[in-house]
Amino acid sequence: MTDQQVAVAGNEARQQKNMVEYLLVTVEKQLFGVPVLQIQDVLQEQKVTKVPLAKEYIHGSLNLRGRIVTVIDVRKKLHMTEEGKKDRSMSVVVEHDGDLYSLMVDEIADVMVLPKSEQEKNPVTLDQHLSDVSSGIYQLDGQLMVVLNVSALLSGI
Amino acid sequence: MDDLVEEFLVETSDSLNELDVDIVNLEQNPNDSELIGKIFRLVHTIKGTCGFLSLPRLEKVAHHSENVLGRFRDKDLEVTPEYVTLILNAFDRIKEIVSVIEETGSEPDEDDAELIARLDVVFELGKEGQTEDVIDDDIFPVMVTQDDEEDEPQETEKASEDVFEPIPVEGADLKTTETEPEPEEVTEGRAMAPVEEAKVDESAKKVQKPVTQSLRVNVQVLEDLMTMVSELVLTRNQLLQLSRTQQNTDLAAPLQNLNQVVSELQEGVMKTRMQPIGNAWQKLPRIVRDLSVDLGKKINFEMQGEETELDRQVLEMIKDPLTHMVRNSGDHGVEMPEERLAAGKPEEGHILLNAFHEGGHIIIEISDDGKGLPLDRIKQKAIDNDIYTAEELDEMPDQQIQQLIFHAGFSTAEKVTSVSGRGVGMDVVRTNIEKIGGAVELSSKEGKGSTFRIKIPLTLAIVSALLIEVAGEKFALPQINVQELVRISNETVHSIETIKDTPVLRLRDSLLPLVSLQDLLKLEDVEAVEEELEKVLSEESADKESDNVIEITKEEPKAEMEDSSNCYVIVLHVGSHTFGIMVDKVFDTEEIVVKPVSEILKDIPLYSGNTILGDGSVIMILDPNGIATAVGDASLSDKDAGDYHDEDEKRDQEKMMSLLAFSAGNGAPLAVPLSLISRLEEIKVGDIELSGGQLVVQYRDKLMPLIPFDENFKMKEEGRQAVLVFSDRDRSMGLLVDNIVDIVETDVDIQLEGDENGLLGSAIVNDQAMDIIDVGYYMSLAYADWFNVEVQTSFGHDGSLEKRILLVDDSSFFRNMLTPILSVSGYQVVAVDNPFEALELCSSGKIFDMIISDIEMPEMDGFEFAEKIKDNDSAWKDTPLVALSSHAAPEDFERGQDAGFNEYITKFDRDSLLKSIEETLSKKENVA
Repeated sequence: MTDQQVAVAGNEARQQKNMVEYLLVTVEKQLFGVPVLQIQDVLQEQKVTKVPLAKEYIHGSLNLRGRIVTVIDVRKKLHMTEEGKKDRSMSVVVEHDGDLYSLMVDEIADVMVLPKSEQEKNPVTLDQHLSDVSSGIYQLDGQLMVVLNVSALLSGI
Repeated sequence: MDDLVEEFLVETSDSLNELDVDIVNLEQNPNDSELIGKIFRLVHTIKGTCGFLSLPRLEKVAHHSENVLGRFRDKDLEVTPEYVTLILNAFDRIKEIVSVIEETGSEPDEDDAELIARLDVVFELGKEGQTEDVIDDDIFPVMVTQDDEEDEPQETEKASEDVFEPIPVEGADLKTTETEPEPEEVTEGRAMAPVEEAKVDESAKKVQKPVTQSLRVNVQVLEDLMTMVSELVLTRNQLLQLSRTQQNTDLAAPLQNLNQVVSELQEGVMKTRMQPIGNAWQKLPRIVRDLSVDLGKKINFEMQGEETELDRQVLEMIKDPLTHMVRNSGDHGVEMPEERLAAGKPEEGHILLNAFHEGGHIIIEISDDGKGLPLDRIKQKAIDNDIYTAEELDEMPDQQIQQLIFHAGFSTAEKVTSVSGRGVGMDVVRTNIEKIGGAVELSSKEGKGSTFRIKIPLTLAIVSALLIEVAGEKFALPQINVQELVRISNETVHSIETIKDTPVLRLRDSLLPLVSLQDLLKLEDVEAVEEELEKVLSEESADKESDNVIEITKEEPKAEMEDSSNCYVIVLHVGSHTFGIMVDKVFDTEEIVVKPVSEILKDIPLYSGNTILGDGSVIMILDPNGIATAVGDASLSDKDAGDYHDEDEKRDQEKMMSLLAFSAGNGAPLAVPLSLISRLEEIKVGDIELSGGQLVVQYRDKLMPLIPFDENFKMKEEGRQAVLVFSDRDRSMGLLVDNIVDIVETDVDIQLEGDENGLLGSAIVNDQAMDIIDVGYYMSLAYADWFNVEVQTSFGHDGSLEKRILLVDDSSFFRNMLTPILSVSGYQVVAVDNPFEALELCSSGKIFDMIISDIEMPEMDGFEFAEKIKDNDSAWKDTPLVALSSHAAPEDFERGQDAGFNEYITKFDRDSLLKSIEETLSKKENVA
């Protein structure tokens, strides 16, 4: 099998078995999974223009190939502490309602293909800020991953 | 709906728009056979297509109209206004039917028999050999009833407008006609002889298509193209920026090419969005024509500059305001023929609509030679609507009163007609125009006519913006609202003053309210940012890429930290507001492509969009309207802004003056002339000491006495105490007050009430009564000998020795201001408000030791008064005369001397006044 065939087979398998591919990121040591199909781009630290008067979790705006992207500080949006804050953050660019948003995270960890069937419901006791933006939980080796519901994160804004 | 029918509807509505214009033209040029031919063909086409699509009702109306037009064409029927009205009625009917088809897909069930009958009567007329007289007898009654039945033609017109309007407005709609070059056709039609058309055999060609090939393109496609080109332009700009910093010559040539092609592409795409303004005017001749018939006026409507192009988005936005304003000109402006003749004007009124480019903007002028704006009625209306009081209006310059018509709910038409006068007019017009970043001005002379001047940007997509910086952040500010830039620094004459914490700028004699953009945007303090910046700079000092901006900051932070008054004030004019915003730096202007902000930022009213600059950075575009709203407090009310705007008129009205409003004691609003105050201070309560029963504070290395406002005054127990500082010679005193409220501009008309110590009287300021304090009283409390320091030796307080002074001033304020000061200094003062009274006193044998006279007075000015007094027959010819004036130019001095004044003193210069009085009096005594 050539690489291409593998890829095609992989796609098919994903569709058939209801597999979802996630980009794993961490914010404040918490692992989040962002569905890869929703991601436009992954950026390193960029020059960001401040937007005074905007809500505090809006970090600013940046220019991505001629489009203006609003940068969301996920940590602040989810009311998390700043303990694990890194000097240089990464950003995941997603599209929502025709606008581009860049989600600031601490680290990009991995890409994983996970079966939908293994996704579990949010524990009822999950922190309200988190459960609002989580569409489910995966039990990975030694870690729990919160599936990030991008539109919930951005539409609640 | 059938594709064919849809296509037909689009074409027919195009044709009908053209027909309206053409028919009106025809009425004015009845013998233009080409024009008749064109109209005939258009109607013929409609008729033919209707038959093909089986729309019998439409076909019939078109057919019978065509018959009548055929007779016009064959020149056996004269084109008269009556027939034109009839044809227009038929077209209106066609429009109605078309609009119903558009909605329902089929013709409405109504009867056109009556209309057709009237058309037929006209059609048959000549053939039966009837004379014109008979025709009129026959047709008129019918037509009059028809008019009644149809209500006003305007309503019909409006109905059909409503139906057709959405087509261009919607834009994305299939039926859009934007790229069609029919405007040219229209213009040509008006200009009467398009060469191609003249050559065409009328009957041979059924459909007259313009020679230029054109294509209907969905507007959305154009919009997308425009967006993409904007992106391309930005990318190009970034590339150019990059190439400048790099020495790679391989890139230079292709980049140069790219640069050029992109520029041309941008221009080309922009062009597709541009449309001649004539497109928005198509309906106007018809409207004016109907109006004149309706109201029995004679109006000549002229349009100039139809070919002036502007962005279709802008075009759509100004269509309705323009229509409204032209209607207004016809309805309110132009008088009835009899009135015009009586006023010595030609019977026919003239309305001119003119469009042209001026400095990156389109100017549209609508002028008429009608009766102009009736000031009295506007005033009355303003009073009726409680917008202003009669007194306020009396003080207003005419120009400002005229602007009132832009107020909501303002219509001066005596009668509400179908045409206008419903009072929802000009304010909507102004709002619409301002929405697209335009402005509307008005000038009018009663009896001579009015001119409205609309200034709008060429396009909404690209604006010229001023790049500014505040607290280290850059912003773009659309230039259309920027009136001027004022640099503030220690070296310049301008400086920012504060009243309490409110910054103001004295700009050409008027107070400009200021707002700090930094505060408005709630940005961190400059110092903090600069510290950060410096930290960054020290880390990256080796970084060669730091561009100009940073280098500038590197040099300037020190200076700025030392003196925060080093900044720029951008004077913005938004609607009727004028105010200044303070920014740290001003860079150059740049053409920017406005992109809407993302949904999440839309609720911040201060931004109108954002964009990407040539260096690839994102920048927020400030919205002047949003800023105005954010700033919009009492200090920026229409009235104040108007005062600023009309400063030229105000400058001459010396009665207008600034008062500082404050509160103290029982809380009643108090005021003191701002010019008497030397400083406003907030003194720490702890610094106030008691010395010899007197409150004092160390102030500028001296002890300054502090006087509580009154005996009941309670000083603050901690924190800071507001103090008004008055200085005279080398002495100062502080007046303790509770709160400093505001600076108000007002005409001072003080009602003197001398019963209370320390108060001159009260004045009405902005509908509020304010007590004006007598500074002289407080000064004498602080220093018993304040005014008598030099005077007292020669003239004591002894009543018998009191010198009598006559004060002549038309301003009651100055009379009330000076009288106590002079009294306190030991003079007996008689004040009169005009020279005539003074001369009466003279002839009645009163004797004064000195006369102090104002120069600027109505009826008789100070110079004339002086000449009269110095006249040899006058009993006062030896009485010393002192001139008091706000004008103190050298030539004024000379003129004063010539007229016989012994001294010439500027108002409010209390020091010299007292000195001069003393000197002049002692001179006189020596002489005596």
